[in-house]
Amino acid sequence: MTMPFYASPEQVMRDRSEYARKNIARGRDVVVFTYADGVLFVAENPSTTLHKVGELYDRIGFAAVGRYNEYENLRVAGVRLADTHGYSYDRRDVNGRVLANAYARTLGSIFTEQLKPFEVEICVAEVGDTPAGDQLYRLIYDGSIVDEPDFVVMGGHAAAISAAMRERFRKGMDLTEAVGVAVRALESAGGDNGTQRSLAAEQLEVAVLDRNRPKRKFRRITGQSLAALLPGPAQDQPSTESGSDPGPGPGSDPGDAPTAGS
Amino acid sequence: MAERLGAAGGLPPAFIAAGTSSFTEFLSMAAPDLLPGRRPLPPGSAAELGPHATTIVALVYADGVLMAGDRRATMGNLVAQRDIEKVFAADDHSVVGIAGVAGIANEIVRLFQVELEHYEKIEGNSLTLDGKANRLAAMIRANLGAAMQGLAAIPLFAGYDVDTHRDNDGPARPGRIFSYDMAGGRYEERDFHAVGSGSLFAKSALKKRWRPDTDHGTAVRLALEALYDAADDDTATGGPDLIRRLYPMIMVVTADGVRRLTDDQIAPVAQAVVSDRMTTPGG
Repeated sequence: MTMPFYASPEQVMRDRSEYARKNIARGRDVVVFTYADGVLFVAENPSTTLHKVGELYDRIGFAAVGRYNEYENLRVAGVRLADTHGYSYDRRDVNGRVLANAYARTLGSIFTEQLKPFEVEICVAEVGDTPAGDQLYRLIYDGSIVDEPDFVVMGGHAAAISAAMRERFRKGMDLTEAVGVAVRALESAGGDNGTQRSLAAEQLEVAVLDRNRPKRKFRRITGQSLAALLPGPAQDQPSTESGSDPGPGPGSDPGDAPTAGS
Repeated sequence: MAERLGAAGGLPPAFIAAGTSSFTEFLSMAAPDLLPGRRPLPPGSAAELGPHATTIVALVYADGVLMAGDRRATMGNLVAQRDIEKVFAADDHSVVGIAGVAGIANEIVRLFQVELEHYEKIEGNSLTLDGKANRLAAMIRANLGAAMQGLAAIPLFAGYDVDTHRDNDGPARPGRIFSYDMAGGRYEERDFHAVGSGSLFAKSALKKRWRPDTDHGTAVRLALEALYDAADDDTATGGPDLIRRLYPMIMVVTADGVRRLTDDQIAPVAQAVVSDRMTTPGG
C-alpha cells in the first residue's frame, strides 16, 4: 500500500503563494491611477495586440500582470459577467464592486481548490461622474482584494515603482502630466544595476477611462497621440531595456517574448 | 440571476470556459432563459396581445446611409403609442430598425446591441458589416417559433462599411442595407428599402425619387416624403404630428459614425413636406 503524502494546509498554502508570487514577479509592470478626468492605465507591453489592459464595461476597465492565458480568461469572464448583468438589469446597474467581488470569489476558490493557483494580479478600475466616484480594486492570486485610494502598481518591480509613484503622484493631474509620472515611475525600475531606463511609445500600452466621454468611457491611446503625451528622454543616458528582465517563464507574459508584437 | 455561483462562490464554469466571442452563444450556455425564442409559448395566436411598430425606410446616399421610422405603434385599430422609437444605433457604424411586435423587436435590438459590443470587447476589433448582418439573421431565425404564433418582428439593418467593399459594377458606396425574412433569410438591398405595414407605399415613393448622387438634405427629404406616403395610405403608419410636434425619427451613418438628427433639424423639412402636399396631395 502506498502511503499518501501529508502536507499541512499551512504548508500547502504557503507553497502555492510562493509559486504564484514567483511567476508574477517575472512580468513587466502596470500602473493604474486616478487623474483629473478619470483613470489612467500605463503598462509596459511591447505587443500591440496581446493586451494587458482592457475594457470591461461602460465605466469599468481591467489591467493585469502575470500569465497571459489566465488573466485573459478572467478578463473575458468579466466582460461576460458585466454584459449579462447589464442585459438582465440595466447598464447603470453594472459597477466595479460587482466585478471585483466576482473576481475575488473566483480567484479565492481557484486558490484553495485547485492544485495550481492563477499566477495573476489584476486591477478593476471604475470611473465615476466626479473624481470622488473613481474606484480602484486590486486583487491578487489568492482572492485578496484591496480598495486602493490613489494608485495600483502590479508586476515584478511593484515595490520600487510604488515608491517612485508615492513620490510623484498627486491627485488631479492632467493627462500629459499623469502619463509623464507613470512613465518615469516605470522607467525607474528594471534598468541594469538600478539605472534609469527609457521607454518609447512602442513599449507602452496606455488607456484611459475618461469621464467626459459619452457612454463607453474606455479609450486606448496609441501611435501619434501617445507619442505626443510622452515626456522627453530621461536625464540619464538611455539604456537599452532588453535583457534587463529575468528570463520569462514559458507563456508568462506576451510582452516578454522577443518576437511578440512591435 | 446573472451571478449563479459556482460551488465555492466563484464564477460558474461557463464564464471561465474558452470558446465563444458571441454573447448569444454564451447566454445559451449560462442563462438560456434570457434569450428570446427559448421560451415555450402556449398554443394559439398571440398576435393581438401587444403593440405593433410599423414602417421603417432606409436609403443609401452620398455620405453613407440613412434610416427613418414613423412614431406610431398600434394595437388593432387603436394607436398604442404616438412617440415610439423604432430605429436604434446598433453600434458605432450601424443602425437597425424593426417593424412588427414591439416587445419582441425591443428585445432583439437590445440583444443585438450587446452582441456587437461584447464581440468588440472580447476580440479587440469590430465585426465586419456582413458579420453583423449575419448575427442579426441568426437572431431572427431563432424567433421563428414565436413568429409562427403571431409574435413576428422583421428588422432592417444598415451600416457604413469601413472595409473597402465593392459591388461588381458601379462606384464604391460604403453605405449598405440588409433586409430579412421571417426564416432568417438575409438579403442585401441596393439603393433603398422599407419594411413594415406601410413599406409598399414608402418603397413606391422611393422608387420614383431616389437618385444615385443624393446628398444629405435630399436624403432627409426623401425619407420624410416616403413615410408621408406610407402614412397617407396605411392607417398603422403615423405621419408627422405637427400638433404635438412629433416627427419621424432619422438616423444617419457616415464615416464619422452614427448620428441621430434632432427634432430641430427634422421639423422644418417635415413641415415643408406637409405644406407642399397641401397643393399637390400626391407629392
